[in-house]
This record gives sequence, C-alpha cells and structure tokens, in this order.
Amino acid sequence: MTSLFRTGLPAFVMVAGLGFLALLPVLAEWVDNIFLIDLFMRLMILSIAAVGLNLILGYGGMVSFGHAAYLVIGAYAVGIPAYYDIYDGFLQFAIAIVASAAVALVTGAIALRTKGVYFIMITMAFAQMVYFTFVSIEEYGADDGLTINMRSEFAGLLDIEDNFTLYYFVLVSLIAVLGLVYRIVHSRFGMVISGAKGNERRMQAIGFPTYRYRLVCYVISGAICGYAGALLGNFTNFITPEMGDWVHSGELIFMVVLGGAGSLFGPVLGTAVFILLEEYLSRLTQYWHFPFGAMLILVVIFTRGGINGMFRWLGMKSGIGGRS
Amino acid sequence: MDWGLFTIQMLNGVQLGVLLFLLAAGLTLVFGIMDFVNLAHGSLYMMGAYFCATLVQLTDSFVLGVILALPLTALLGWIVELIVVRALYTHDHLDHVLATFGMILCFDTAVDFIWGPTGMAIPLPEVLDSHIDLFGGHTFPVFRILIISTGLAVAGFLYVMVSHTRIGMLIRAGASNRTMVMALGVDIGKLFALVFAVGAALAGLAGMLIAPITEASIGMGNEIIIVAFVVIIIGGIGSIKGAFVAAMLVGLIDTMGRSFLDQLLKVFMSSESAETSAPALSAMAIYILMAMVLAFRPQGLFPPKVR
Amino acid sequence: MSGAFLEVRNLYKSYGGIAATDHVDLDVRQSELHAIIGPNGAGKTTLISQLSGEIDPDGGTIRFDGRDMTRTPAYKRSLLGLARSFQITSLMLDMTVLENVALAVQAHAGHSFRFWQAARKDPALTEPAMAALEAVGLQDRANDIAQAMSHGEHRQLEIAMALATNPVLLLLDEPMAGMGVEESQRMVEILRSLKGEKTMLLIEHDMDAVFALADRISVLVYGRVIATGTPEEIRGDEAVRRAYLGDEVA
Ligand SMILES: Nc1ncnc2c1ncn2[C@@H]1O[C@H](COP(=O)(O)OP(=O)(O)OP(=O)(O)O)[C@@H](O)[C@H]1O
Ligand SMILES: [Mg+2]
Repeated sequence: MTSLFRTGLPAFVMVAGLGFLALLPVLAEWVDNIFLIDLFMRLMILSIAAVGLNLILGYGGMVSFGHAAYLVIGAYAVGIPAYYDIYDGFLQFAIAIVASAAVALVTGAIALRTKGVYFIMITMAFAQMVYFTFVSIEEYGADDGLTINMRSEFAGLLDIEDNFTLYYFVLVSLIAVLGLVYRIVHSRFGMVISGAKGNERRMQAIGFPTYRYRLVCYVISGAICGYAGALLGNFTNFITPEMGDWVHSGELIFMVVLGGAGSLFGPVLGTAVFILLEEYLSRLTQYWHFPFGAMLILVVIFTRGGINGMFRWLGMKSGIGGRS
Repeated sequence: MDWGLFTIQMLNGVQLGVLLFLLAAGLTLVFGIMDFVNLAHGSLYMMGAYFCATLVQLTDSFVLGVILALPLTALLGWIVELIVVRALYTHDHLDHVLATFGMILCFDTAVDFIWGPTGMAIPLPEVLDSHIDLFGGHTFPVFRILIISTGLAVAGFLYVMVSHTRIGMLIRAGASNRTMVMALGVDIGKLFALVFAVGAALAGLAGMLIAPITEASIGMGNEIIIVAFVVIIIGGIGSIKGAFVAAMLVGLIDTMGRSFLDQLLKVFMSSESAETSAPALSAMAIYILMAMVLAFRPQGLFPPKVR
Repeated sequence: MSGAFLEVRNLYKSYGGIAATDHVDLDVRQSELHAIIGPNGAGKTTLISQLSGEIDPDGGTIRFDGRDMTRTPAYKRSLLGLARSFQITSLMLDMTVLENVALAVQAHAGHSFRFWQAARKDPALTEPAMAALEAVGLQDRANDIAQAMSHGEHRQLEIAMALATNPVLLLLDEPMAGMGVEESQRMVEILRSLKGEKTMLLIEHDMDAVFALADRISVLVYGRVIATGTPEEIRGDEAVRRAYLGDEVA
C-alpha cells in the first residue's frame, strides 16, 4: 500500500542475509579465520545501534547526533557492576536499558523543544556531556577506561564467555530488535511518528500532542542503543568513554543514511558496508580515513538516500533496503 | 579565598571565552547566512594552527607566522567553500552534517600525512613568553594577555563591521532574511564565499593563538567545536552579539567550575563527596547552562529577528 | 453568558507593531455557516490560526462552547471538536491519501501509545477514513501518495482530514483557493451538504460561493471587523461597499 514502511528488499534476500550471519561462525571455523567472528559480531552490535537510531532518524526525522552516548552508558552499565564483582546479566542489561532510557528522557525533553540544527547540536552537546562525565570519574578509570574481567552471567542459562554463544546471543538480539522496530513503525504509534516527520503542524492540528510521541520514540531509540552498548561492553571486555565521542555518533548516522534511512534493513546494510569498508581500507593504508571521508562527501553530494539512492541513481528500478 | 588565584582563573576564563568567540563567530555567521551546518569548522581551527606552526618554523617569527597563516587559512576556507560547501547549500542539514563530517576525516588524515602523528609546538618570542606580576605574589603569562586583547580587538572590529558597514548590513540582513538580500541584487555566491573565508580565518586565528600553549595536534578542533556549538546555541544562531556574550559565559563558567566548584560544594556537603562530585559536575556545567537557557528561550539569548 | 458557540472578544495580535488582528469581536452561533470576507492581508488566516491554537494571541479571549480556550494548545482544541483546513495545503505528503485521513481518525480514537498492532489495516481507522474520503469524493484515490495529487484534490483532502476528526466546528481557510470552476462547484456542494450539521467558519474570496452559502457574514479589513450581518445586510452596508465590495458586487 504505502512505500514508507515497505522494506523494498525482497524477503529472500533478507532471509539469506540473516542465514549467512547464522552460518558465519561455522564458516569462520572452516576457513580457519576466527577473526571473522569478531568482525561480524561488532558489525551486528553496531547494526542494533543503527537500527535504534534509525527509529528516530529515519522514521521520525529527528537527527540525533549523540547516540554513541547511549552505547557508552550501556557499556558502563555492564562495566561498573562488574567493577564491584556483580556479573548478573539480567541486572546489567536492565541497568543499561533503564539508564539510557532515563538519560534519553531528560535530554530528549529539552532537545525536542527545538528543531532542526538546534536539535542536532543539542543532542551532540549532551552526548559530549555524558562523555566528559565518564572522563571525570576517576574511580572507573576516567579516560583510561575500565576492564571488564568477566562477561555477563545469565543464571547459568547462557554462557556468553564463550565467543560462539555470545555471537548467537548478539544475532538473536539483532533479529529481536528488528522485529520490535518493525512492529513499532507499523503500529499506531509509528504512524504518529512518521506523520510528525512529514508535517508536525498538521499533526497537531488534527489532535496529536506530537511532542510526547516524539519523546517516547526518542527514549525507545536510546534504550535500544543502550542495549547495544551492553552487548558492546561484553564483546570488547574493555570500555572507555571514548566510545561515546561524537565522532562515533557521526559514524552511526552515516551507517543509517548509507543503508537508507527509514527502511527496516537499511541500517544493517549500511553498517555492514561501513564496517567492511573500514576493515578493507585500513588494511590498505594507515591513511584510510581520507578515502573514507572523501567517499562520504561524494555519497552525500551525488546521491540522496544512501546506497539505496545510489542504486536508483545508477538506474536500477528498486534499491536495496530502501524506501522505493 | 585566594583572590590572586581567583583573578587568574577569571582571566583564564576570559581567555577561553575569547577563543570560543573566535570559533563561534564564523560558525554562527555561516549558519545564520547560508543556513549551513559546518562540523568541519574545527578542522579550520586545526589547519590554522598547523599553518602557523610551519610558518613560525620557517620564518623564526611568531608574529610573521600568524600574519602569513591568516590569509592562508582564509584561502583554504575559500577553496573548501568553492569545492564542497557550495554543492551542499541546496541539501538538507543532515547532508551538511554528513559531508562536513567526511571533511573532518579528510583533514585529520591529511594532517597526519603531511605533519605526522605527533603534535607541533610553536615557540614564542621571549617578550611573549614571560609573566607579569599580579597582586598576592601571583604571575600571569603575557601571552594569555595577548590572546585576550587580540580576541577583544577582533570582537570590536567585527562589531563595527557588522553594525556600520554595507557588508555588515548585508550580513545582518542575510541572517534574518535571505530572500531580501537576494532581492537586493547582491551576488549571493560571493557573499557566501567571503563569509566562509572570514569565518575560516577567525577559526584559524583561534588555533594559532592556542597552539603555543597546547601545541598543534590532530583532532584538536574536534572537542572545542562542540563547545563552540554550545556557545552559538546559547547565544542564538546567527547572532554575533549572542556568540560573544555566550562565549564569555561559557568560558568563565567552565574555567571557574573546574577550579572552584569543589570549594563551593564543600559549603554544602562533606569534603569527600564534594571532591568526588565536583569534577563530574563541572564537566557538565556548560551543558546544564545550555539546557537551562533552552528551557526558557528555545531560540537562544539573542535570536536574529525573523527567520 | 451570550448564546454564541464560538465567542471571540477583543482579540489582538500584532507583528512588529502592525496589528494583524485588531481587537476583533466575533460570535459564531451553533449550526450556522459564518463567512469571513476581506481583502488580501486583512488578517483572516491570522485570525483562524489563533482560533485553532497555532498562533498565540497577544490579548483578548476565545471561548468555545462555554469554556475559555485562549491558551489551549492546538491539539487539545482539535480533541474538543474544533477542526481547521489550511489555506496553503498542509498534508503529510509522503503518505497515502488514506493514511492522511486515517491519522486524523486515529488522533480522536484514544491515545496512540499502541506499539504492537499494525495500524494500516485496522478497520477502526480505515472505515471512518474511507467515509470521510467518500464525503469529499476522493474514495478512488485512497491509495495514492498525497504528493501525486492535483491541487484541487489536495483541497478536498484538506476537508476530508478536517471532517475525519468528527468536529463540531469547522474552520475553513479558503477551501476553494486556486480551484477551477468545476472543482469549486463541487466544493460548494460539499459545504452545502455539511450545512446545518456542522458549525462552520468559512473564509473565502469567491463571493458567489459566500453569498450562496453563508447564514451570516463578517467583514474584516485591516484586522478589524467592520460589519457583521446576513448576506442582504452586508450587501446593503455602505461602509462595506466603500471599503471592500466596491465593484465586485454591484
Ligand atoms: N508570521 C508573520 N510575521 C509577520 N507578519 C505577518 C505574519 N503572518 C501574517 N503577517 C501579516 O499579517 C497580515 C495578515 O495576514 P493574513 O495572512 O492573516 O491575511 P489574510 O487575510 O489571510 O490574507 P490572504 O487573503 O492573502 O490569505 C498581513 O499583513 C501579513 O503580512
Ligand atoms: Mg489567508
């Protein structure tokens, strides 16, 4: 019916993609390259964050330039309890979600009073505040970071100390988050969010207190990123405030836009391209950021709507993972 | 309370405020007039510092280095406007943010490639590298006084230019009503390029002034640019006056918070909890200020009249 | 207590010292179609925007159905039964026609903090939405993207969205602006069919339509109401003739 929420990507391609991710550990064993598991685990964790960001950026039209902050909050929600020898995963993940939601609620309540560039800069500033807050806490290592000695424990149900298990835990999380976002954007709530993106004034005139809905959307988005942060903390075993630097927030936006903002699988695709390209270029040259940055500029100038837009630009009928 | 130390920190606060103003002035003008969000403004700050460092090495003179580096940074700004920024005016803010983010990556890598990963110090001539006596046995570096006076002079110059010249009139009009300026038959492309180049030179100047203290280093602009954003949000995007007032506020609150917040907190709480909470609180101070200003005035303190 | 359904007293709004709404008094009675006419820039849109809550007045009061809502936010006024259409079409252009209208229905069907059930196929939303589309004759375009429609259809969609909120008072800002003769005719029919059922405040430049439809007319010039009365009274009003109608209704 509509083009807004259609994923564009044929179902079998998505299933194939997820199937590939599911088989990857086996594949990695087979080609004897365990590093691949780490690479794809990072890819999936950042995908979750990108999918969370896409909820407000792509569907809601709110350009948050501070979502890496929620990654840090989530990571420290694992790290700080672990510092006190508390490894209960249920507790850690609950803290991650609640704490990021709480921060999103407070900062979002202020940021959403503004529009456009103000919103971009304010979310950026608040993220920087979170960053500096962790930098200033000596107890948890300040900018030297914090080592996590043991991964989260789930009452013996799941042992993610094992990389394989953690990998599948992340994969299931990704699928669950995709499912959640799918439901949300198709729900009444999702309709309000995308309506407010299209024309907030009209939405108010027909009876929606848009601010509330946007704020709740912002909070959900922050919580998803916080969850991704908790996964990231488990994955890296070593966390620093630097993970929340605004440069990383910029990368997250890039991942979303690259894959096609406002489509379900777009952010996953964008993250995959981003991470794999980064991996590839950084092997070629230590100066890989240069071609990377240049590509970013070119993509923005010459194509609108990310990879999806690029395909359209190249004359293909329907892009991958895009809005159509 | 040690009033000598207090005075020194006040001066340090003013000095930070002045630097922030130099950065924020260009940022706020570029946004106010071109409706363009430039994350890479901090890169121009960094490039200014590196240009200056190299030229000081070549000429053996700090003053000459600055004088030569200024037009060079302006030229760089002009080229950037011509090649990249101009293509982006018709795009939305998200695109601006992404493309200028890409520019930051390019600039940082280019600096790494040309000057190497370690920073570059800028040696000062003896006159500037000395201290003057303050009361209470304290001293204050002459160079910081130079920074403050340069910054104030630039602020005064900008004020006169914006409020009393034809270009300034166009700039003010541009910040509040773009279509009107175009209706006046002004070559808007030239005006944009000029403003961008001037903004670049101002950012570069800030970099040149701070580098002798901190040295020029990769990514040096990436942190301070956020604070500059906070400044223009508080001041009201597009307003030079707002940028100045907000820069001073932010500079002072940040510096004073870091130096004296623990003492202030000790009045209310145990000295132990004051010492643990003070660093985090002072790190947040300017953002809390921003939040408070926005709560009452979502458009900042001095919003340009009509958008 | 005066009997007026919508009661505006002393409403004032100025832009840079120039009064766009200059101490306006206005009474709209229940079930009437009250037209506001006036030359370009008279302040008609500004007035409607204050009634709908989009613009805050500088002074004065607005009472609707007995309650003061001078400072009530726009969305609440909509929930109280006040709906407006926009002179400059204001739609969710990237959504379909049906989605636009369904959103208007949804806004009045309880809160929308419902995150799980799909909204698009929900008959509780689509059925009333289709009914509103039928009322304006857009049922065949339900699944087209709003962007792709003609200007006239946009105007019709504007009305359908206002209707879908099931309002008691409709504020219509030049529904016929920019329409062809046939489309205008159709719009007049739509408005006529709503007459008596809804209270309407209609801004319109098309004098034939206004005099054919209105029960009463107020004339706004330079932000001030210079006359209010039945079409006959207005036609005969010397001040109105001089200030506005002049040659148009001769
Ligand atoms: N946001 C604004 N800022 C400044 N002036 C405004 C603003 N909105 C309206 N005005 C002025 O207020 C006056 C009334 O405008 P308004 O749009 O209400 O007139 P109108 O009667 O609806 O005109 P039209 O028949 O052209 O639709 C005009 O002089 C207009 O220029
Ligand atoms: Mg009007």
